[in-house]
Amino acid sequence: MILNGSEILVNVLLEQGVDTVFGYPGGAVLNIYDALYKNSDKIRHIMTAHEQGASHAADGYARATGKTGVVIATSGPGATNLVTGIATAYMDSVPMVAITGNVSTPLIGCDSFQEVYIAGITMPITKHNFVVRKVEDLADTLRAAFKIAASGRPGPVLVDIPKDVTANKTTYTPVTCAEDKADDTIDGDIIEIAELINRAERPFIYFGGGVGISCASDELRELVEKADIPAAYTLMAAGVLGYGEKNNLGLMGMHGCYSANCAANRADVMIAIGTRFSDRVALNTEKFGHNAKIVHIDIDPGEIGKNIIADYSVVGDVKAVLTELLKHIKPAKHDAWSEQISKWKLDDYIPEDSDTELKPHYVIGKACEIAGEDAVYVTDVGQHQMWAAQYIKHVHPRNFLTSGGLGTMGYGYGAALGAKTARPDVPVIHFTSDGSLHMNMNELCTAVSYKIPVITVILNNAVLGMVRQWQGVFYGQRYSSSEPERVTDYVKVAQAFGGRGYHCETPAEFEEAMKQAMKADGPVWIECVIDREEKVLPMIPAGGTVHDTIFK
Amino acid sequence: MKKQCMVLLVENNAGVLARISSLFMQRGFNIDSLTVSSTENPKISRITIMTTGDQKNFSQIMKQTGKLVETKMIFSVEPTFSLIQELLLVKLSTDKADVEALKNIIKSFGANAVDITSGCLIAELAASSQKIDDFLEAISGFKMLEMCRSGAIAMERGDVFYELN
Repeated sequence: MILNGSEILVNVLLEQGVDTVFGYPGGAVLNIYDALYKNSDKIRHIMTAHEQGASHAADGYARATGKTGVVIATSGPGATNLVTGIATAYMDSVPMVAITGNVSTPLIGCDSFQEVYIAGITMPITKHNFVVRKVEDLADTLRAAFKIAASGRPGPVLVDIPKDVTANKTTYTPVTCAEDKADDTIDGDIIEIAELINRAERPFIYFGGGVGISCASDELRELVEKADIPAAYTLMAAGVLGYGEKNNLGLMGMHGCYSANCAANRADVMIAIGTRFSDRVALNTEKFGHNAKIVHIDIDPGEIGKNIIADYSVVGDVKAVLTELLKHIKPAKHDAWSEQISKWKLDDYIPEDSDTELKPHYVIGKACEIAGEDAVYVTDVGQHQMWAAQYIKHVHPRNFLTSGGLGTMGYGYGAALGAKTARPDVPVIHFTSDGSLHMNMNELCTAVSYKIPVITVILNNAVLGMVRQWQGVFYGQRYSSSEPERVTDYVKVAQAFGGRGYHCETPAEFEEAMKQAMKADGPVWIECVIDREEKVLPMIPAGGTVHDTIFK
Repeated sequence: MKKQCMVLLVENNAGVLARISSLFMQRGFNIDSLTVSSTENPKISRITIMTTGDQKNFSQIMKQTGKLVETKMIFSVEPTFSLIQELLLVKLSTDKADVEALKNIIKSFGANAVDITSGCLIAELAASSQKIDDFLEAISGFKMLEMCRSGAIAMERGDVFYELN
């Protein structure tokens, strides 16, 4: 059939199973929005306050479901406003297709109104990007974009479509989107690695976001149980193994559990799975896992040997690799090793409780107790993010959404809206702080307009806590620009946007507010006043080892 | 620090060169020289990159470049088994010069005097980087007016060739 570019775009989105997109209209995408209007019964469009919010929403939607998130923005500023969201998705391997309008092809290169070379701008932060110059290329380009975004190590793909391409007509031939079978090619010596693991006395698994992306929780669990291997996770893998499961040592790295970091340090075999030895975990690449033979399993060959040189490596999809590996793993017990780890656990950091004031671990713990283990937890970036990582009892993969690689303050609200849109049946709790919330609080209007009942829990210490913590420890308490003395009234702001707000200073007030919020059918903000001296502990300074752990 | 040579077969698309140079820049890898050319397959371009660095960096940039969607094939080229050639054009003044001596040097290096106009001689030499350096050294006694040399192109010797569909 003969369709214009915008109708083709909508049809390809439908081919790909897209039912929700996030975005913001503008001149260069008027044709696209006209097609969306005519197809609003098939595709839901959520219009945010700002394109950045839309990009984070598409990201949150993708992380919460595993499906590819879609965001649409107009040319020029609309496109550049996506940049932070695209970079966030890129760093955390989130499948996303970003569609930008551009000026018509004859105007390209003339510094036309709202023209920007977004393909050039996003080159280093996308897996790939396209400029569609002919309507005849549009459908196949979009199909390729979806395929690239979701395959292998996922990531964002941008498709830039000039306005005339969205208006021009051509023949559209529908294609049934075949479910792509995951590539199960494995490159590495599985038997040799299995023998190494079978011989190990102090084995240790360090797993990351790749395990969740590969949906390999069960295989990981089987390995952990069968060979009795303690395992610790990176920020990106919270929930891949459940809280309280045997051998789940918890978070590792800069703000990870002391016992988990001790185990990493002392292990004789370290199996790194779906992870990339980032500087927040392998803080000192010379000394990280220095007692261990290191096995690195990842789908991305570029990660092998990038940050550390592993003794053994396997390139392949984590699920396929673990399935194959498990065939050669012998059941084992490592009692002495487990006992040693139990001793380290005695020295794990335990925060102090209070009956009168709100403590970060209490707020997070109580919120989770009320929202339940099926809730999706979304964070912004900073101290509250680390507290959330530490104190949420993570049970499910895809239920903890956080900007790990890029560390994007302002990520949370958009992402929470995306998550709640994707999974309306579970509570979505957005943990944030006064610093992060001020970056993208405008998305409250989106939550109100679309009646998206996200609960935002604001840990308000009135300072930029993480910056201030570093200034306190490493910069002689010179609190440069980290104590902004804002007087924002969060309850009034929430109300002014049409939402509901609570102000809490005691545990009792918070518990009551949280219970009320759970009943609301629209967005709620709960401001929790906490002490500015609260620190994220324990902490290993950048470049340090477990021996440098700070406990107070 | 070792000079290394990699060859990429890439989709012949607009922007592919920008993507590769952006990647090198982003990851802090140096490009000593870069040559892009068409191939026997009109859909495929061949890019030869010379870079200097240790083996770890070289292996990393090979992997990162290999990951690009438009990269269809990437391989390193070892000088022992390959021809890695550059092209030199150098313009020399023939005024007050011993042109016969110059022509002898040109001949002994297998170079060609491709143009002699208005008191100027342009010599051309397609050879390894080292041989071009040696040639430039050999003619250093003559007055050089202008010089340019291409990046390297490389091809393995014998029954080794790369085909893409």
